[in-house]
Amino acid sequence: MGKRVLVIEDEPNITEAIRFFLSRDGWEVFAHSKGHDALEVIAHRKPDLLILDVMLPGRSGYEILRDLREQPEWTELPVLMLTARGQAKDREMAAEAGASRFMTKPFSNSDILEAVRELAPV
Amino acid sequence: MGRDTLTGTRIRERRHAVGLKQAELAELAGISASYLNLIEHNRRRIGGKLLLAISRVLEVEPSVLVEGAEVGLITTLREAAAARPEARAELDRLDEFAGRFPGWAALLADSRARIDTLERTVEALTDRLTHDPHLAASLHDMISTVTSIRSTAGILAEGDEIEPEWQTRFHRNINEDARRLAETSTALVRHLDASDAARAIASPEEEVERFLAANAYHFLPLETGEATVDELVDAAPELTLTASRDIMRRYLRRYAHDAALVPLDPLMEIVGRVGCDPTVVARNFEAPVSVILHRLATLPASAGLGPLGLVKCDASGTPVFRKPLDEFPLPRFGAGCALWPLYGALSRPSQPLYRIIESSAREARRFEAYAIAEAAGPMRFGGIVRIEATMLVRPLDRGDGDTLDVHPPVPVGVTCRICARASCDARREPSVLTDKM
Repeated sequence: MGKRVLVIEDEPNITEAIRFFLSRDGWEVFAHSKGHDALEVIAHRKPDLLILDVMLPGRSGYEILRDLREQPEWTELPVLMLTARGQAKDREMAAEAGASRFMTKPFSNSDILEAVRELAPV
Repeated sequence: MGRDTLTGTRIRERRHAVGLKQAELAELAGISASYLNLIEHNRRRIGGKLLLAISRVLEVEPSVLVEGAEVGLITTLREAAAARPEARAELDRLDEFAGRFPGWAALLADSRARIDTLERTVEALTDRLTHDPHLAASLHDMISTVTSIRSTAGILAEGDEIEPEWQTRFHRNINEDARRLAETSTALVRHLDASDAARAIASPEEEVERFLAANAYHFLPLETGEATVDELVDAAPELTLTASRDIMRRYLRRYAHDAALVPLDPLMEIVGRVGCDPTVVARNFEAPVSVILHRLATLPASAGLGPLGLVKCDASGTPVFRKPLDEFPLPRFGAGCALWPLYGALSRPSQPLYRIIESSAREARRFEAYAIAEAAGPMRFGGIVRIEATMLVRPLDRGDGDTLDVHPPVPVGVTCRICARASCDARREPSVLTDKM
């Protein structure tokens, strides 16, 4: 089985599409749709890479990422942030929170694949 | 009968579809109804500028009228492929794809058209995002749905083997998303209508722009002297704010002044005779070129010039008047693209500037741009000369290859925030349309 990717995204059809093309590329894909218990799910799934939406029910992706980076075991985890907003301040917030890469919606599948392969080389 | 010999039939069908009478289309296209009748019965061939004029009125690509919808579909798919060259779509098998899977091809083309429409909506509304949290939430929802459609359509379009149950599932997802998109769009329109009714976020400038657009920027009673500026403004309940009425009065006084200098009937006659080159028209009236640009942009549709956009700015570059085109939107706040000839004209007052410009929209459009900067208001020795630049924008006829030989297109955008040109020396801030950090 390939490396593990956890997708935290509240739009189920986006999750399904990402799950399909990443699985086909050899990744083991897990998905979660809520923000408030995201840290517990990350700890449970132990992913090699995290794809994290910014606007989630319960808690924003920025908050989740800030808390995650405070835990020593997750400081190096590659995190790809997804958001519908792409202004400079959003990029800054993502960088400050500890994102490895930031991508605005709508993205193409090849952009995601390329980013995932770069962030967590097999 | 060949494809192109049925052009007239397609024009008639399209005219019925958009609810125009034959006489109305003929007038808008600048020909007689009897001639249009011959064209519609395929007894006269049509091409060149008349075809472009009719296709513009009917809001359809000329190729669809000449060659039918199938060519339109293939063109759309070709544009979709060109927009994402990295996907390496098999262009050499495009005809085969559209022929063997017409349903999927139509779905892909439709998804692309929806994305284009949404991107244009985002462009037009981006200025308001920071002022309206409901609008921001609605657009966020729409972008999420578009993302889902794009991603799912991307999987289906790649052409790899996909199991039937996954195909069914993705087809269902696209259907769900399309429905959701329709619902969100409808809710957004309702919200914007409600906002308009409440005037809660309307600025004086927005009220004035709505009023101008509702009048198609043309005020016949002022041209004919049947109404005064005050009468027109007093009869406009939609101008609710004192500031809106003041701005409108100032604008209409200038409009009336320009109309007296360049009267409507002689202007229509000259445009019909010599075309719409603003410097040529200006010579006929001995009027400033900037006045002619404004007069041309506010002529009625019956002048047959097609859609014309206009933007004016003061010496700081701040827009002071805007008449946007659907294909060439103009930012409501802040300056536009620094590469517009409008700004080039500011550095060389009184010298007319002509450029072909190419928009940064996914489906790049070319326009003729006529710009000039001239003194605005009275001049006096020792006083400050106020300079204003004016730019007229006109969609370029697709067949006008000679113009392009002489004037290579200048790539421009609307404004940096919504411009997708990644490498541009004139960029002053990042774009929301490019994605990588």
